[in-house]
Amino acid sequence: MSIKNLFKIALNALLRNKFRAFLTMLGIIIGVASVITMLGIGEGSKVSIQQQIAGMGLNLVTVVPGSQQRGGVQFGASTMQSLKETDVDVILADCPAVQAATPEVRGNGQAVFGALNWPTSLYGENLSYLQIRERSVVSGRMFTDRELSGAGKVCLLGQTVVKNLFGEGADPVGQVIRFKKIPFLVIGVLDPKGLNTFGQDQDDLILAPFTTVQKRVQAITWVQSIYTSAIDSKSTELAAAQITETLRRHHKIKASDQDDFTIRNQTQLLSTFSSVSNILTVLLGAIAGISLLVGGIGIMNIMYVSVTERTREIGLRMAIGGKGRDILMQFLAESMLLSITGGIIGIMVGIAASKIIGSAMAWPIVVLPGSEILSFAVCTVIGVFFGWYPAKKASNLDPIDALRYE
Amino acid sequence: MKNLIEIIKLKKDYYVGEVTVHALKGVDMVVTEGEFVAIMGASGSGKSTMLNIIGCLDKPTLGDYILDGINISGLSKNELASYRNKKLGFVFQTYNLLPRTTALDNVELPLMYNSAVKSKERRERALAALESVGLSDRIYHKPNQLSGGQQQRVAIARSLVNDPVVILADEATGNLDTRTSYEIMALFQELNSKGKTVVFVTHEPDIAKCATRNIIFKDGVILRESVVRDRTNAREMLASMPVEVD
Repeated sequence: MSIKNLFKIALNALLRNKFRAFLTMLGIIIGVASVITMLGIGEGSKVSIQQQIAGMGLNLVTVVPGSQQRGGVQFGASTMQSLKETDVDVILADCPAVQAATPEVRGNGQAVFGALNWPTSLYGENLSYLQIRERSVVSGRMFTDRELSGAGKVCLLGQTVVKNLFGEGADPVGQVIRFKKIPFLVIGVLDPKGLNTFGQDQDDLILAPFTTVQKRVQAITWVQSIYTSAIDSKSTELAAAQITETLRRHHKIKASDQDDFTIRNQTQLLSTFSSVSNILTVLLGAIAGISLLVGGIGIMNIMYVSVTERTREIGLRMAIGGKGRDILMQFLAESMLLSITGGIIGIMVGIAASKIIGSAMAWPIVVLPGSEILSFAVCTVIGVFFGWYPAKKASNLDPIDALRYE
Repeated sequence: MKNLIEIIKLKKDYYVGEVTVHALKGVDMVVTEGEFVAIMGASGSGKSTMLNIIGCLDKPTLGDYILDGINISGLSKNELASYRNKKLGFVFQTYNLLPRTTALDNVELPLMYNSAVKSKERRERALAALESVGLSDRIYHKPNQLSGGQQQRVAIARSLVNDPVVILADEATGNLDTRTSYEIMALFQELNSKGKTVVFVTHEPDIAKCATRNIIFKDGVILRESVVRDRTNAREMLASMPVEVD
């Protein structure tokens, strides 16, 4: 029998029971659609986390003071004054994997403009800050070298601070605000960045030269952390190693002693989050896979019932010249038509569902290009696998018995 | 006339559990081209077994069966299937039409299993077969829209569509009332008069009288063979019967 006739026979047989065929397909439709949607959600969460971490600067390598042991007593890291402005210079000079570095000095306090005030954080940085943290100035300008060395009382505001001190959409450039009673001239506004992965508002800050914050606001001699940027995202480990080596030498730490600083990079963070979202994807995919399997068993069940119900038809087909192989192929073709049609509809439903969920949750749902092909292949395999046993049973019937079947 | 069916010392045993049932115990029989043979006998006489073997649905335990010059005793299951497809036409007591399928598609069915026949030819031959049974105006009707007699005529059209050397009918009038039975027999006689060989199994003597020859089975052997003398003309019989008014 030709393939064309085979599929015509199978299709006619299915069309005789349209509603049943649809219900059988429904299992596959739901299975495939959920596989695509679930993998999409899993992948979407991964991409979303990656984007946010990359937004914080994927090349970022952070140096913070580490805990220190003196005379057997462990001191808390936050009390340490081990990082100095000069550390930044030696890092830049001796670490070829580092392309930029800035010291950071922070201070919390109330920013005041006119009758309005807002609690926020003042960040003292150098000129490399924008490059390292991947930020930009949307209005006004960055502070200059001269303002940095002269501890100029200038600042740039984050969007949240602008909103709370000046109102939505206002341009604060040229105004003077006060932070801990010290007047600062607003020279620029930073780009909006939204919340980070941890729910922290990245726009709630005031940026100023670190010299100003260190000397005029905090009156300290050390820096609280150093942010550096590796030459590319693959070199963060190398940069961390070079910084460790440089700082140990510069701080004159003996080989037997611990570091007096700690280095963190975003790749560690990224890999932690990626592994979490990978687990999520596997979990969702497994649940969806089970529903696909249940759909496949549904096909097997219907095909099995169908073979029994259509015993006389099988007998007739054999009597008029259908070979065992023809009958086998017919039932296989029927189950494959069910599973493949169901699979195609499922893929469309899955993509549509992903789009709807994506827009409803404002979450980037990524339909993996492989997932449609995978689902399609799985459907075909399901059709053959679950159709085989009932089809084999049909093809082994004896035509005489089958024709007499009541 | 050449011998279309030749059965020589044919035996058929069934094994039911440990008991051997001798369904046919040495049958010799010949059907020549253009004959209309009615096989009769009580149930258990072996007539159905005989028809199954003639229909290539079953193989003899011993002996030979030569159909259209080929000894089918040595053929494989698949060879038997394609033999049935090309040489034989079946008509059953219960019609065995595919439900929810038009008369035309039902008649086309045997040709679907013959890859040499293309779809255009298949359609033409099915239409011709339906015309020859007088159902040209019912080609798109489904079995549940047809009466019993019409369904059986679709089944006869299906048995004709592959132009078989012999049509085998198993109690083809068993489910029909007397009048419709004679309508069907008239159709068989008409086909026979055009040269089709018909082998017909029945247990109704009146129906058997429409054939040219009767073979009576009893306990697995042929009890009696007789040429039908005053053969019933089903068409005339119908004319003499009162038309039923619903």
